[in-house]
Amino acid sequence: MKEFTISLFTEDHIGILNQITIILTRRQINIDSITASESAVKGVQLLTIVVRTTNEMVQKVARQMEKLVDVLKVFVHTSEQIIYQEIALYKVTTKGLMSGNIIDHVVRAHHARILEVSPEFIVLEKTGHKTEINELLAQLEPYGVLQFVRSGRVAITRQVKELNSYLIEMDEANRYKPETAEVLN
Amino acid sequence: MKTDNKKEEKTVQINGHEHITGAEALLNCLLEEGVDTIFGYPGGAIMPIYDKLLNYEGRLRHILTRHEQGAAHAAQAYAMVTGKPGICFATSGPGATNLVTGIANAFLDSVPVVFITAQVVSGLIGTDAFQETDIIGVSMPVTKWNCQVKKPGDIPGIIAKAFYIAKSGRPGPVLIDITKDAQLEKLDFKYKKCDYIRSYNPHIPLHTKAIESAAIMINHAERPLILAGHGVLISKAENELKAFAEKAGIPVALTLLGLSSFPSDHRLFTGMLGMHGNYGPNLLTNEADLIIAIGMRFDDRVTGNLKKYAKKAAIIHIEIDEAEINKNVLVDIEINNDAKEVLKSLIPLVKENSFEKWIREFRICDKTEYEKVVVPETKPETGDLKMGEVVKMVSDLTNGNAVIVTDVGQNQMYTARYYKFTQPNSLVTSGGMGTMGFGLPAAVGAKIGCPDKTVITFIGDGGFQMTVQELGTIMHYKIPVKIIILNNSYLGMVRQWQDMFNSKRYASTELVNPDFTVIAKAYKIPARKVSKREELKDSLAEMIAAKGPYLLEVVIEKEGNVFPMVEPGSSVAEVRLTY
Repeated sequence: MKEFTISLFTEDHIGILNQITIILTRRQINIDSITASESAVKGVQLLTIVVRTTNEMVQKVARQMEKLVDVLKVFVHTSEQIIYQEIALYKVTTKGLMSGNIIDHVVRAHHARILEVSPEFIVLEKTGHKTEINELLAQLEPYGVLQFVRSGRVAITRQVKELNSYLIEMDEANRYKPETAEVLN
Repeated sequence: MKTDNKKEEKTVQINGHEHITGAEALLNCLLEEGVDTIFGYPGGAIMPIYDKLLNYEGRLRHILTRHEQGAAHAAQAYAMVTGKPGICFATSGPGATNLVTGIANAFLDSVPVVFITAQVVSGLIGTDAFQETDIIGVSMPVTKWNCQVKKPGDIPGIIAKAFYIAKSGRPGPVLIDITKDAQLEKLDFKYKKCDYIRSYNPHIPLHTKAIESAAIMINHAERPLILAGHGVLISKAENELKAFAEKAGIPVALTLLGLSSFPSDHRLFTGMLGMHGNYGPNLLTNEADLIIAIGMRFDDRVTGNLKKYAKKAAIIHIEIDEAEINKNVLVDIEINNDAKEVLKSLIPLVKENSFEKWIREFRICDKTEYEKVVVPETKPETGDLKMGEVVKMVSDLTNGNAVIVTDVGQNQMYTARYYKFTQPNSLVTSGGMGTMGFGLPAAVGAKIGCPDKTVITFIGDGGFQMTVQELGTIMHYKIPVKIIILNNSYLGMVRQWQDMFNSKRYASTELVNPDFTVIAKAYKIPARKVSKREELKDSLAEMIAAKGPYLLEVVIEKEGNVFPMVEPGSSVAEVRLTY
């Protein structure tokens, strides 16, 4: 079992997320995190899904995802092959945090940001990897964490070839039709 | 058909385009795609489409089945024998959900069927309205693609896309769900066939390097074996397969759905693969040093235990669906493309060869199988009738030229084993899904698809009762199909497993059956029941000669078992010939 980040470029159609999760559900693969946004190419959605499974299995499901009519391209990466971040928000009691006298340490050592301060609570923000985010959470817990939320992973690949060049290649391949090719019948 | 109140409505032209309703647009799209036959069943939400269908009499023929599942199977069988996509209509809610078994069946066997379901008016979607069901959600895992249409103007584009996706690449079923308001509202109709979708690429450039490597492996192999499947028939590569096998001298084994893609009387033909396949191709899969898999997907019924499958062989996989490559069996050379295109490039690269010693091993296996299984099954002299002898006799009487439809279970395996297929696409069966009840409605679709051929269906007494209502369709349209019920008063295949693996504990497999000939006669279908060996040939000849539909019930020995058999979990090399 290993952590993989699956980046899917898809058409912006309703139901595509459902089609993708069905493939993971059938193979009993749990989604650790998921994010969706428009990619750098207009009209193309980028889904970033983090899963834990075997290399063999992630390749199989990636091929099944790429087979979906509305999916443009699927990339599978290990965590070493990508640059990624997650963001977390922490709502902590003001009383606790101030009495602990650690606010200064938290902000500096963890590169966290203070988003809001009120007499009742303080909201902190931290960007980083899951382990770093959890480290801060553990540190804050004794002072009374009222709410905690961590986002899904956003990832950028290190590969040089970008989606646009794949799109152009796919377009050319798609326009290629063998002379004898008749669509069935 | 009586249509007293049939009033042709005037078509208004705006900017050179017809101003018509969504329902008419759909029917026009079907005409544009060359459709002439629809299988279906009406209901509330789809009424606007059926209403317009009356105006298309003579151009679009609608076959009213007696259940939506029947329409789905009939449309699939029609597609399998004609090579054209099947078309199937159903209404919203239960109409749509009744299709699901048929959709899944077409999906697993890669058959192009365009399913059109109606949906409640768009304003009611999501409110649990009467006969509303989320058929898009329900059918998502079993369709190649599906889409809901809420605006009439979207109908032509979506239908064009549906046909393109269903037919191209690895074919499969698509489902279009059209709301009632989209059927009723008007649009300016124009139609353009689809031949391009950015995110979907069925035309893959040939990977010549992989083909060259494959040729080198083939030219150096000593015990090569071709495993051909449904993909050969789908890509119409029967001639290329024959030319390739003959030039390279390589023996050919077929999957269940690959049957009829290679002549069964050919000297290189070794039989069927899989759980109830022939002895030679199963046993010798594990002796081959090279396997060339063409248009097949290494289904578990073909491979048996994967850990002990073809361990001495290098594997070349020619397959149009990339997701099938390395899914079950890790391969050495993958050629992700259309079987016909690949074979055409491969043939000039392989040397003329023959493997007489290797082929002799298959013949030795054949001899063993013949003595231990085939003779007792097809030439018994005493005792009750056997399924094998019935199928063999039908094969002889029709010279292997009929279109054969089966249900699922023992009847299916005996048909696959003992009918000698000579014509491509002459077997219609439910492979991947194994749907009992497929046989009767599929026979309807097959006969409508090829009216000039003799269509015979073999069905067990269990499966027949699952879709028996389609006798009504046969009566209504006078469809001259020949129905053979192989009646052993058991759910035979399950009983066989109980016999072999559950110490003969026959849990819920014995059937108390009605008189099938009386049922047939209620539908005005001539019928005969036969149980004596001396009457078999005569009754089969009478059935084949009959002008209209005919039902022949053959009383079969109660506890016959199909052999050879690769038991679940066993290696193909452990194929058993007897108990």
